Amino acid sequence: MKVVIIDYGAGNIKSIQFAFQRLGVEAIASNDYNLIKTADRIIFPGVGEASSAMTELKKSGLDKLIPILKQPVLGICLGMQLMCLETEEGNTNGLGVFNTKVKRFTNSVKVPQMGWNTIQNLKTNLFNNIKEEEYMYLVHSYYAINCQQTIATTNYELSYATALHKNNFYGVQFHPEKSSLAGQQLLQNFINIRE
Amino acid sequence: MLAKRIIPCLDVKNGRTVKGINFIDLRDAGDPVELAKQYAELGADELVFLDISATIEGRKTMRNMVMRVAEQINIPFTVGGGISSVEDVAILLKSGADKVSVNSSAVKNPNLINELSNKFGSQCIVVAIDAKKVNNEWVVHLAGGTVPTKLNLFEWAKEVEQRGAGEILFTSMNHDGTKSGFANDALSKFSQLVNIPIIASGGAGTKQHFVETFKDGNADAALAASVFHFGEIDIIDLKKELKKNKIAVRL
Repeated sequence: MKVVIIDYGAGNIKSIQFAFQRLGVEAIASNDYNLIKTADRIIFPGVGEASSAMTELKKSGLDKLIPILKQPVLGICLGMQLMCLETEEGNTNGLGVFNTKVKRFTNSVKVPQMGWNTIQNLKTNLFNNIKEEEYMYLVHSYYAINCQQTIATTNYELSYATALHKNNFYGVQFHPEKSSLAGQQLLQNFINIRE
Repeated sequence: MLAKRIIPCLDVKNGRTVKGINFIDLRDAGDPVELAKQYAELGADELVFLDISATIEGRKTMRNMVMRVAEQINIPFTVGGGISSVEDVAILLKSGADKVSVNSSAVKNPNLINELSNKFGSQCIVVAIDAKKVNNEWVVHLAGGTVPTKLNLFEWAKEVEQRGAGEILFTSMNHDGTKSGFANDALSKFSQLVNIPIIASGGAGTKQHFVETFKDGNADAALAASVFHFGEIDIIDLKKELKKNKIAVRL
């Protein structure tokens, strides 16, 4: 199993590598086009600001590669948001994998949402052995609007898409690598997905 | 619902935890990594490591420790103490820290908060504020509460939010070490003033104190050291008590 974490200078990649290491799987961090293209599983992480992250992706041509990947891809946090149509953050166009938009929470709640919140309406094998209302760790100021491709929701100000799925593409707003045993289970499920 | 967080704080000097710790059967209670693992398993939502080393060697050891902690634990953790530059933060985040906290360096150079949040994003920048009530005014202090500044606590809190802090860790030096409860008056004022999460620190002695700081102080998280380290409060018991009081917790 070759897992590649797309390394485009966005955030805490070490934690994801360590999370796979705890599962006994080596995950390589790389921005190499061919290495990514030939991986069995791809993690598209991201922490930071959307427009500068998108600029970095474009520099290495990864904005073109990601949407045409055929193997299971998991976007995490900003990675998932960048796989949507567009985000309000820096008025950035996304990769358009998921048919939804990303908006900012209003100031009726504390922004960023930081901490453990529950997930519900779980669909697909990504959530095998994960119970409804499980807690996951989230840190974000922007959220994806619920749509047909929503496979899990979280409530904060409103119900939003905390996980998305289309074909071989998955996205989660929470950080499985930091979400204790439930997060570990999700990463294991992602590895177990049959192509 | 977003859960209120319980955060044990570990003081680390030259890569070793200090303060006596006797709550569990550890092979090595001075090893921050082993302690962190235990806390993660015992229900902590997050951890804070405070580096109190005073030497360059000590700081290097800290980076190494951060890497080993990230390797072992599956909950988020913050590293603070002696951080004063973009380079310091880059190294810690690269080593696997989720957040960093800055304190006196931000008071001395407030622009550091802007630089850090622009470079790394607000979500990983915690500003720690130590304050003491002097003549009925909350004044920001440095060096563990010994050196007063000219800053008013609430004005400073507002400013750090505007400069891009993602979270505030507020320690009341009047309450710290007293085990008489958190500074809930100041905390509830905070929650009206700023719109970023607030971690309450200083004064934890009983489970009821945590209930009060979440209900009366409106804190988003509560941090404590000795009550956890000495086994006076078990985190799972504490969370059950909070749940009984209708406070959302991850159990």
